Amino acid sequence: MTTKIFKRKSGRKPEEMRPISAKVGIIPNADGSAMYQSGETIAIAAVYGPKKMHPQHMQDPGKGVLRCTYSMLSFSVTDRIRPGPNRRSTEISKIIEWAIEPVLMIDKFPNTVIDVHINIIQADAGTRCAAINAAAMALASAGIPMKNMVSSIAAGKLDKTVVLDLDKYEDSEFEEGEGSTDIPMTFTDDGKLTHIQIDGNITKEQLKEAIEMAKKASKKIYEVQKKALKDTGEEK
Amino acid sequence: METSELTEKRIKKYLSEGKRFDNRTPEQFRDIKIETGISKNAEGSAKVKIGNTEVLVGIKMNVGEPYPDSPDKGNLMVTAELLPLSSPRFENGPPKFPAIELGRVLDRLVRESKFIDVEKLCIKKGEKVWTVFIDVYSINDDGNIMDAAGLGIIAALKTAKIPKYDEKEEKVLYGELTDNNIPLAKHTPISITYHKIGDNFIVDPTREEEDISEARITIGSYDESISSMQKGNSALLSIEEFNKVLDMNEKVYKDIFKKIGAQLK
Repeated sequence: MTTKIFKRKSGRKPEEMRPISAKVGIIPNADGSAMYQSGETIAIAAVYGPKKMHPQHMQDPGKGVLRCTYSMLSFSVTDRIRPGPNRRSTEISKIIEWAIEPVLMIDKFPNTVIDVHINIIQADAGTRCAAINAAAMALASAGIPMKNMVSSIAAGKLDKTVVLDLDKYEDSEFEEGEGSTDIPMTFTDDGKLTHIQIDGNITKEQLKEAIEMAKKASKKIYEVQKKALKDTGEEK
Repeated sequence: METSELTEKRIKKYLSEGKRFDNRTPEQFRDIKIETGISKNAEGSAKVKIGNTEVLVGIKMNVGEPYPDSPDKGNLMVTAELLPLSSPRFENGPPKFPAIELGRVLDRLVRESKFIDVEKLCIKKGEKVWTVFIDVYSINDDGNIMDAAGLGIIAALKTAKIPKYDEKEEKVLYGELTDNNIPLAKHTPISITYHKIGDNFIVDPTREEEDISEARITIGSYDESISSMQKGNSALLSIEEFNKVLDMNEKVYKDIFKKIGAQLK
């Protein structure tokens, strides 16, 4: 039993996520687009497609192909990143595909590809979650049929306390006690997991607690995503 | 995806009467909106919108060795990426010619106008100087990315702060900015690109107009000086036509400077 309440540097409560905002239709050229901001982290996403897949041998006559590309702008972090893909961005791109594909009714578009390009404008940890949230909204705004929305958020652990939504300091500089554990997750709006990763150390009991915490928060994100999507509908 | 022949004919017919689809005159830009400080981990940053065209520019700095031929001068590096996010025409993969040319022409806009006082970016002659990285990204391409990027670079540089540098540890303390701006000249170099369509010249083309452009001339200029130029594409220009462009540039520069002066500060 912990009696002492854990203090986060940001002043947030353990189960408090950063303020979020979302906007749809930010890139006129795209078939669908969205911005998702969580605290100081900003992701933008654009959808092009479904369009015919080239080269032809990559076409799937049974279903369309979702192709996500995640990339950080060179100046989005304190140490400039060299432009172009790297191992990290390649992995995250695939993670985003896996997180979204289960809800996408992509079998309706055989032989096509749906390109989703996601760029991080400003990074303060949680960029893959922001990327997934922006990408899912962009796909919905492009009119691609989806069984569910997906919403992504990290839970984690700082020393012994389970917390929600680690920021940059907590993710990479916090070293007290047991240190920091980051667990990004993605949920459908009916509460199923499409993505989870863990970096750090956590017991089974605390992991279950972290998942419940993130699942609860994903509902709030879902409401913000839904509202952003509805708002563009009214404008048109 | 390309602009159709029918549209091309119509654009040319309009231009022969001095008109454009969006009611602009040949030498008129679309609305320009500049916003700075759009990415807080950058030393300086800006978002520029010209009509539906949007670009982001960020400045990062680092300490490194000077080039052997300029031991007492800071380094400048400009790169541009045409993001696949910004147009169905851009693809993933190594930069293709348009992005490479964009970066190089923008580099010359900054370098040749001597907008950055690179001598003041020297820490220790022959050993340590600041490098200024200027990175340009397209967010939505509706023509004239070049001039939007030019404005974005000036705006981002003007608001950039030099980070703290720990001389002992030889480490840049990112996230801790000094109050010092990057040493800049007083003048404002502006990139303006002229496009030849039929017998007419226009500035700030939309995507459709840029598609049918037969030749372009990008001029980097300030006050009485022309400091950089690039002719692109293969159409011929008569000397009369070229002189006409130079005359246009004086007027267009003043117009733009008036429009953006307050936004640049």
